[in-house]
Amino acid sequence: MIAYTLKRLLTVIAILAVMSVAIFSITQVLPGDVAQMIVGQFATEEQVKAVRGRLGLDAPAHVQYLRWAGALLQGDLGKSMMMDRPLGPLIGDAIARSAVLAGLSIVLVAVIGIWLGVYSGVRRGTRADRFISIGSYFFISIPEFFWAIVTVMLFTGYLGWLPSTGYASMDEGFWNWAKHIILPVATLVSGLVAHVSRLTRSSMIETMQSQYITAARAKGLPENVVIRRHALRNALVPTITVLAIDVGLLMGGIVVVETVFAYPGLGRLLIFAIEQKDLPMIQAGILVVTAVYALANLGADLLYAFFNPRIRYGRAAAH
Amino acid sequence: MAALQLTEPMPRARSRFPASFVWGASMLALVVLAAAFGPMVAPFPYDQMDIMARLQPPGATHWLGTDEFGRDVLSRLLFGARLSLLMGIGATFVSLVIGVPLGLAAGYKGGRIDEGIMRAIDLVISVPPILMGLLLLSLSTPNVWKTAFAVGIIYVPIMARLTRAVTLEVAREEFVLAARARGEKLWYILAAEILPNAWPPSIVEAALRVTFAIMLGAALSFLGLGVQPPSSDWGLMIAEARPFIDTAPWVALAPGLVLCITVIAVNLVGDGLRELLDPRLKRGRG
Repeated sequence: MIAYTLKRLLTVIAILAVMSVAIFSITQVLPGDVAQMIVGQFATEEQVKAVRGRLGLDAPAHVQYLRWAGALLQGDLGKSMMMDRPLGPLIGDAIARSAVLAGLSIVLVAVIGIWLGVYSGVRRGTRADRFISIGSYFFISIPEFFWAIVTVMLFTGYLGWLPSTGYASMDEGFWNWAKHIILPVATLVSGLVAHVSRLTRSSMIETMQSQYITAARAKGLPENVVIRRHALRNALVPTITVLAIDVGLLMGGIVVVETVFAYPGLGRLLIFAIEQKDLPMIQAGILVVTAVYALANLGADLLYAFFNPRIRYGRAAAH
Repeated sequence: MAALQLTEPMPRARSRFPASFVWGASMLALVVLAAAFGPMVAPFPYDQMDIMARLQPPGATHWLGTDEFGRDVLSRLLFGARLSLLMGIGATFVSLVIGVPLGLAAGYKGGRIDEGIMRAIDLVISVPPILMGLLLLSLSTPNVWKTAFAVGIIYVPIMARLTRAVTLEVAREEFVLAARARGEKLWYILAAEILPNAWPPSIVEAALRVTFAIMLGAALSFLGLGVQPPSSDWGLMIAEARPFIDTAPWVALAPGLVLCITVIAVNLVGDGLRELLDPRLKRGRG
């Protein structure tokens, strides 16, 4: 397990190293004259030169990259061009707030999704199962940004229960904090719950048909023990993989949801950076998200290996 | 009764296609028709402003009401269908055109080529989908084609991996060995022997991916990185309608609902196709 962990950790580092080159070239080298693009086509020659000097764009590309990457390795994410503030604390605060959204969401997705999936899986073909299946089909098909707007219409416009945008820290009172976070989390969770519950359902159905379940029933075990002790453990292995994929979807969803609800997290910061063409912030933001995503995937892989020893020992099944 | 049924092909057709597939296909046909002919039958030009008739509720002149510039929502919806579908289909096409050859090469040649392609694909996957879109679109001026291309790139890994898996299987078949023994050229073996066997699963996967591509394209437009005003796909229409959701909810609801219906339709068709083509699923049903 330790060897496997180390190997996966090395892969993560390699991916981040290559991604840093890719991000740097896509944003800084490929678009031609970045300085011109930032100041706009009507800027004077002096303005273009000033931006070029500020971003160090007059050096050759590889020198620019090494400067940037060297600073990154020392923990210096650079400076926001528009706000003229160091990016480290800016991104740090934003990540902390996004992590609250992401953490709450993924826990809710896992708990509700697995519960719904198991519930409808063992009741296959009943009215409850059909209801859950049709419901999840709809929720999978609703884009997050539209769902966000519908919830705002309902809970802010029509019912007036919750604020539509903004953020309050815990210091301003728990209810005040919760009020601002309910709608974003509900929006993020809805599609993913449907995703997880559909997968858990089909995996549960498959497991319930296997011979060891018949054997467990033949032993005379009560049905809930059969489900909890025998079926659930095996049915959940594919769910873990899907949860890992969902982390990626969740991070995309966070960008959209933070924009709609004006929630000051990393996603909104990134969109702001793109609107303002704040190059250092775009680069640092995307690299940080990639790092978080890589670590989340690493976590999922390790969990998966923990549950499924065949992978740990490198004798993975063909598929 | 029996004679009637013999002359009528419908009952047989119905038993072959699941009801959900028929529903999905009909809804999808409507959306495609709207995209193809919508702009011609639209009651108003999509960008015709009428400041006196701002944010009017649905009524006799404007069936789905008007937006903040007095533009007819129905006309914009019909016009947007074209852009939304184009983005979804264009993106899927890009992912097929790049992904399938990569998968073929990786699966058939193996070795270093395989290793190189697969590692490159790992890189693309190491960034979450929407963020990859943001990265690719962040600095240039966005337009429909760029967005479709970016979304296509995001789905290249899935197509390449799938095609590679199928190619690995097919490459071991006897007719491929025979072709090699005949001394056929590499491109002939790939194009004439392997591709015809490798493409059906890729096409089904592609059909299912169209919904993701439509949704991702709409999301990017919503974030301002896709279609640009004054033209507008459904994603941008929703974004533009956001400030008015309290006073004029129909402006946001109309494109949102149509987007959902389209996604559901494509999903139903994709699931139906998969069920028809995958005998294992069919048996599981019975």
